[in-house]
Amino acid sequence: MILEIRDVVKHFNGFCAISNIRMDVEEKKIHALIGPNGAGKTTLFNLISGMYNMTRGEIRFKGIRINGVRPNLRARLGIGRTFQIVRLFGFMSVLENVMLGSHCKTKAGLLKTFVRFSMRALQEEKVTRENAMRWLEFVGLPHRADEIASNLPHTEQRLVEIARALALEPDLLLLDEPAAGMNPKETEELNSLISKINQMGKTVFLIEHNMELVMGISDVISVLNFGGKIAEGNPSEIQDNPAVIEAYLGRKR
Amino acid sequence: MDYLISVATIAGIYIIMALSFYMPFMTGQISLGQAGFMAIGAYGSAVCTVKWGIPYVPAILIGGIFAGIVGILLGLPALRIKGIYLLLLTLGFGEIVRVVAINLEYTGAAEGFPGIPYQKYTILYAYGMVFILIIFFSRLRRSRMGRAFQAVGSDENAAEIIGVNIVSAKLLAFSVGAFMAGIGGGIFAHYQEYVEPLMFDIMHAIEFLIFAIFGGIQIFWGPIFGAIVLTFIPEFLRAIQEWRMELYGALLIIMMIIRPQGVIGLDTVQALNRLFRKGLGNERA
Repeated sequence: MILEIRDVVKHFNGFCAISNIRMDVEEKKIHALIGPNGAGKTTLFNLISGMYNMTRGEIRFKGIRINGVRPNLRARLGIGRTFQIVRLFGFMSVLENVMLGSHCKTKAGLLKTFVRFSMRALQEEKVTRENAMRWLEFVGLPHRADEIASNLPHTEQRLVEIARALALEPDLLLLDEPAAGMNPKETEELNSLISKINQMGKTVFLIEHNMELVMGISDVISVLNFGGKIAEGNPSEIQDNPAVIEAYLGRKR
Repeated sequence: MDYLISVATIAGIYIIMALSFYMPFMTGQISLGQAGFMAIGAYGSAVCTVKWGIPYVPAILIGGIFAGIVGILLGLPALRIKGIYLLLLTLGFGEIVRVVAINLEYTGAAEGFPGIPYQKYTILYAYGMVFILIIFFSRLRRSRMGRAFQAVGSDENAAEIIGVNIVSAKLLAFSVGAFMAGIGGGIFAHYQEYVEPLMFDIMHAIEFLIFAIFGGIQIFWGPIFGAIVLTFIPEFLRAIQEWRMELYGALLIIMMIIRPQGVIGLDTVQALNRLFRKGLGNERA
């Protein structure tokens, strides 16, 4: 198990967003998290990546307890993520955004940028740039490298965000609604991109509303509703699960 | 001619100060304490040369380092607060420094600290420092830490999630800014031959902020441009000298309406680059 979520509870001033969730994410699998709006999916992602602290419970990553660990250290441990609403650094170029992804894998300090006697710092910068370019090619956007990130169309910004998360070389990649706003063709491409990422040996944990995408690529699907887990299993099990159908469509009268 | 040189010298020192404001600003920290750090650098280096007989250059550096250390100490509580509260904290700090200077007998208290050795080549030292800072900032844009600073400035949470240590980035930017202000103060003190607490009051800190906001905050050329223009204009228009702060205020209001990113923005730099490249292209053809 690369990620173990144990009886996690999250309250926001009395509102219970996550209640007693227990979930395991297996290594090198594609694990999807689905559920109606407001079910607590993004909150769970925020707890894993460290944006919020949980009220109770425990999260283990590669066997290490990560409660209270600062987000940047979680990134260094190997958790990469993208956001539901794209959060690229607007005034920087696409390439610079991706280069930032490998920030915690590199070392050069402030003094090194100024005193350029150290060959190692120059070498490191070059390697960072080449790696970033490689990831941009991987998501299919090498021609956009020098453009200002906020000038890109929305779907391409999503891909840049994935490239930035990949530049961290994470073992676990959290994708928060990667297909949102994409047309069928783009979704198709995203589908094969996620499979490719998975084949590289990375675990993918994704939130997605596009059922075609989810059912097509996921090994395991967990369903959340009202902050609790209501079902878990492979795609065909989930499709037939009465609790899931009820959560999405309501009860038959 | 002498007059022109003296205005240019002051402009050089103000460029250093505007950049010292810009440094923490890159990471989203607005400091009204830069006049306080300038005072620490000025008094610190003056004590070094007058009381301890240390030569000019090391004395200035010691003043700067001292300001940088105080910057770390102030940067620590500053990490926890944002926006208007950080403004108040740094504003309070500037006032504390001034009040301490007023009461410190060792450095002449309210009457000021006289007899600081005059540095004849101040203009060279000031613009030497500006040159160093220009190299620093232009390299910073293409370096690991520079990218991290910009990321923290544009979206702190996202920066932390992708692996940037925002605590060390912000603290580093804040104390390096304080160091720059200290250097500026040291150069200033050895040009004026005399420092007094009034020279470092809050209006000056606001002036440095105005230089940066007016000139532009997207790229370091902005504060440089702002410092030069806003130092020279009142000097040449003697009639408005007394109305300087009013002019600044009016300029800021106009700027906020027509060009909130300041005179020099990223687009300006790109346009200049394009113009320059086109010029070269024509020559080749």
